[in-house]
Amino acid sequence: MTGGGAEPTLSVRGLKTHFFTREGVVKAVNGISFDVAPGEVMGLVGESGSGKSITGFSVLGLVDAPGRIVEGEILFQGQDLAKLREEELRKLRGSKIAMIFQDPMMTLNPVLRIDTQMVEAVVAHRDVSRERALEISREALVKVGIAAPDERLVSYPHQFSGGMRQRVAIAIAFLNEPELIIADEPTTALDVTIQGQILYEAQNLCRDTGTAMIWITHDLAVVAGLADQISVMYAGRIVEQGPVERVLDAPAHPYTAGLIGSVPGRNQRGRRLFQIPGMTPSMLNLPDGCAFRSRCPHADSACDVEPPQSRIDDGRLVRCVRPMIAQATDGTAA
Amino acid sequence: MSEAALKTEKAPILSAEGVSKRFVKRLDLAGKIAQRLGSSIREETVHAVDGVSLTIDEGEVLGLVGESGCGKSTFGRMVAGILPPSDGNLTFDGRPIWRDGKPVSKETALAVQMIFQDPFASLDPRMRVLDIIGEAPKVHGMVSAKDMDDYVAEVMQRVGLDADFRRRYPHQFSGGQRQRIGIARALAVKPRFLVCDEAIAALDVSIQAQVINLFMDLREDLDLTYLFISHDLSVVEHISDRIVIMYLGRVVEVSPTDELFDQPNHPYTQALLSEVPRIDLRKRAYQPVKGEIPSPLEPPSGCHFHPRCPFATERCAAERPALREIAPGRWSACHLNDG
Repeated sequence: MTGGGAEPTLSVRGLKTHFFTREGVVKAVNGISFDVAPGEVMGLVGESGSGKSITGFSVLGLVDAPGRIVEGEILFQGQDLAKLREEELRKLRGSKIAMIFQDPMMTLNPVLRIDTQMVEAVVAHRDVSRERALEISREALVKVGIAAPDERLVSYPHQFSGGMRQRVAIAIAFLNEPELIIADEPTTALDVTIQGQILYEAQNLCRDTGTAMIWITHDLAVVAGLADQISVMYAGRIVEQGPVERVLDAPAHPYTAGLIGSVPGRNQRGRRLFQIPGMTPSMLNLPDGCAFRSRCPHADSACDVEPPQSRIDDGRLVRCVRPMIAQATDGTAA
Repeated sequence: MSEAALKTEKAPILSAEGVSKRFVKRLDLAGKIAQRLGSSIREETVHAVDGVSLTIDEGEVLGLVGESGCGKSTFGRMVAGILPPSDGNLTFDGRPIWRDGKPVSKETALAVQMIFQDPFASLDPRMRVLDIIGEAPKVHGMVSAKDMDDYVAEVMQRVGLDADFRRRYPHQFSGGQRQRIGIARALAVKPRFLVCDEAIAALDVSIQAQVINLFMDLREDLDLTYLFISHDLSVVEHISDRIVIMYLGRVVEVSPTDELFDQPNHPYTQALLSEVPRIDLRKRAYQPVKGEIPSPLEPPSGCHFHPRCPFATERCAAERPALREIAPGRWSACHLNDG
């Protein structure tokens, strides 16, 4: 995957995050690689349990025991985050890399005023006075479209509506002009018109500041409107990766095709939706071979072996022995 | 709103006339004393549903769409016989559902069943699936205790569950399967009308498609009528014949599905439709609706949408627009239609 020639902000190589539970090893993230270039939005799409959130947590070093990163590199501007010590990571979090969670109350402290929280986030990472930090906070609130920021700064989180809280959380994420933002389902809990506002702000902020963004979601329609690149995850692996238009218009992996077919849309009203049979396998004992095999309409004996990641003609990466479009001759993995 | 509003030719299976629901937050002792002593403290009233009139024909799927706090779930609960309305009439098959705050008949209560959003909260974790599904038909004398096992197996098969699992507990099932258990429980009493309140919102995309297909199959096989409540326009578009759009307790537009999506009339509907992310729209520039959804405690005067409406005039702030027929079968509550 290329990001227009620019050095990628984040480059993940062969990341494996496993959870060592009493019942066995859960391979939540099982060998994934991707790049995100400056100013680029990558949509990381998958269903519950596909490992998309754990990927985001792994980048930030937020995986708790019994989970840990067992293999792979997380190169952020050339520096391997997987090898950093906790205090070095802490310096990066909130300054160079920020995260937006699904529930804004994971970011906000309910018993502190907004100004206290925002000023703290600024002075923790930058050498500025509290007055200047307050100014920066105020500007950040204006940028995410909050009316009457002075009044809002002295409020507590419970005085805000859900959409407004999420906007404050986004403002905090953008406070220190990070190079990379990881957004984990930030609009899933919001109403449609509020979601539109958030997407609008996120789009503008990325475009204006050149921040790279990973947008984790289960909603293909949101990714379609927002992202440049898309990575589709299934059972801990990226099964398809490429530019949004290519992946959504002509999916190569049967799972991607199934997901797209499952989305109710304009031209199929009243007709039966395409449905992927069965359900996601338990991550505890994944079968050998392709994890999607048991649900796949094209599966046969060739799928009993773990399919390698191969590059198809238009530069997309697909993990399937029978991609739904022609395969390049030099099927090499990235 | 006109009492004759939204009449269709066939006798509707469900009709609502001026249905309202108010929730009053009563004062506690301290509040009452403060009020006695001359404080301006008052009881707070939320008009969750404010004069809703609509009809649903037999065999129809009516989509009810709106954002949080618009009263769509409250309306569904009144239809399903869970919550008594404060005002107005709800009739099912020509007979009233409520009288003096009590459900009128057991037949109606059984004929209208509800399917809930959260498949984790809506099933008793300590009951076996067999009892969850079989309890109501047994209590109401629809099956005998000795036939219950077979009956439950039959209902489970209908919703695509393996009948061998009927002695299991809800926690042994996935989210999609639990939702099927909820649907089986509703179907077990042979209803004619289902109120689906965000019934697929909590499910994964691929499971959503399975459950939407199940709803469409059941409609065909059992001649069911649905009130399909959702905030997700693309799901409602897929499954509904007609759509009702609500905003802060009031109906703002009623229209057949195709016409609504081709030519939304009310500015709120237009805004809602333009905000829906669609898989066929790429790299779009989002044009957000300004402002927040106002608090239902203090809704704006006149048309509730006027503070966010790009076309609002003075009249919109002063006068509540009536729901008027703008084309055959299409109704909209907007002053702009008066020309």
